[in-house]
Amino acid sequence: MLGRRHSESGTGAWGQVFPARAPNGSLLDCWTFKQAHHRPRPQQDDNSSTSTTPTATTTRTIAKMEVLLGITGKDFTIIAASKAAMRGATILKTSDDKTRSLNKHTLMAFSGEAGDTVQFAEYIQRNAQLYSMRNESDLSPSALAHFVRGELATSLRSRKPYNVNLLMGGVDPITGKPSLYWLDYLASLADVPYAAHGYAQYYCLSILDKHHHPDITLGQGIKLLNMCTDELKRRLPIDFKGMVVKAVKADGIIDIEFDDDKIVKSA
Amino acid sequence: MSRRYDSRTTIFSPEGRLYQVEYALEAISHAGTAIGILAKDGIVLAAERKVTSKLLEQDTSAEKLYILNDNMICAVAGMTADANILINYARQAAQRYLLTYNEDIPCEQLVRRLCDLKQGYTQHGGLRPFGVSFIYAGWDPRRQFQLYLSNPSGNYGGWKATSAGANNASAQSLLKQDYKEDCTLEEACGMAVKVLSKTMDSTKLSSEKIEFATVGQTEDGKIYHRLWSADEITALLKEHDLAKTEETEDK
Repeated sequence: MLGRRHSESGTGAWGQVFPARAPNGSLLDCWTFKQAHHRPRPQQDDNSSTSTTPTATTTRTIAKMEVLLGITGKDFTIIAASKAAMRGATILKTSDDKTRSLNKHTLMAFSGEAGDTVQFAEYIQRNAQLYSMRNESDLSPSALAHFVRGELATSLRSRKPYNVNLLMGGVDPITGKPSLYWLDYLASLADVPYAAHGYAQYYCLSILDKHHHPDITLGQGIKLLNMCTDELKRRLPIDFKGMVVKAVKADGIIDIEFDDDKIVKSA
Repeated sequence: MSRRYDSRTTIFSPEGRLYQVEYALEAISHAGTAIGILAKDGIVLAAERKVTSKLLEQDTSAEKLYILNDNMICAVAGMTADANILINYARQAAQRYLLTYNEDIPCEQLVRRLCDLKQGYTQHGGLRPFGVSFIYAGWDPRRQFQLYLSNPSGNYGGWKATSAGANNASAQSLLKQDYKEDCTLEEACGMAVKVLSKTMDSTKLSSEKIEFATVGQTEDGKIYHRLWSADEITALLKEHDLAKTEETEDK
């Protein structure tokens, strides 16, 4: 069964988006996860060329330690993000909110390099609000996701790209249909029923593959989320300090009380 | 006296008018009539072709009806050359929106983009305003089928039935008389040819003299727009010509 779980996490609803950027080694290799091959770094001077930038590697690892989860259901989308703000081996804050609401029915969660994340998220948030002011109507979750993808794609080819991974959840104000979009810093966009970013992918996608159903209620969605966070507490090597949980419904975004203090027995 | 104020668009006359804009409106009222009617399941646009001659190459392309994007078309009343500039601008704006948001631009937003451009020419010096009125027909998921009218001043409004060009006052009053809420697209097409036949100089209509287009919804919910071929227009005229001759005999 273990082997099966491992292979499932890279396929299913995710199509080909995934394998390209999954670390190709085992889970242990992730600890020393090297620079991605497809993203060449500028060459340094000859004597320092052997020393890879340690900060880049650590921020990459931290970003992967941050937990972002998204689950859609019958008439809602749940977005959950870990509360820990980290720098190196230190936890700076245990009440970090890695989400921003873009309009009445679209919510975005982000992880990645410390400064980039909030800067990029608020840039998007303000553009969404400007659109609403100018046009007296809100952009749909789908339109916003494609707009964000465009912004990330232009950024990727710039001198200093944003290193941000995102989940965008929403409910279409006209059709009432819930949606969830998975985006990464390489400007991939995927419309998915459930999603995760970072190491959480390896632990949660298999659970979601097994238990998710498009017609679940909000209560069932929260239960599913609890199964995911329990598994993360069991297996993730660091304490991510609980989750900020929000749900988007047809009438707006709601905060959801989530029990972070639940003790989970190790397997 | 007015000579002092009408040479430039940017200068108000003592009565607070912009003569160049009013002249542009005047130019449009000599152009061929265009009308638009909103039905519950679609929109019809019809326009009168002014230049018809036996010597003229019967072009397949439309002279007064244009496609703006996948869910919007428009009818032109006024100077075609000016209209081409605006239509090109509108098409680009619509495609840019599609590229950014992967959705078709909402109808009113596209109308407003064009009107912002038109308005600019009533304010900045040295240039004349665009001598065109547009009737736009479109569909978007928020407000479904929509009909708009815009003029050289940069004003626009949403309508159930409207007209532009020569005799537009009489066309407007005819539409006001005949318009029925919740009419079908087919009824609207009939109404359109009737109104056109009464406002045009010649009583007998032919497919060379008018252009016709509809926006509608297929059974599986897809939006389509269609510029009618000469044969289709002739068929429609025949259907209603009979009715028309009976009417005239009654009188």
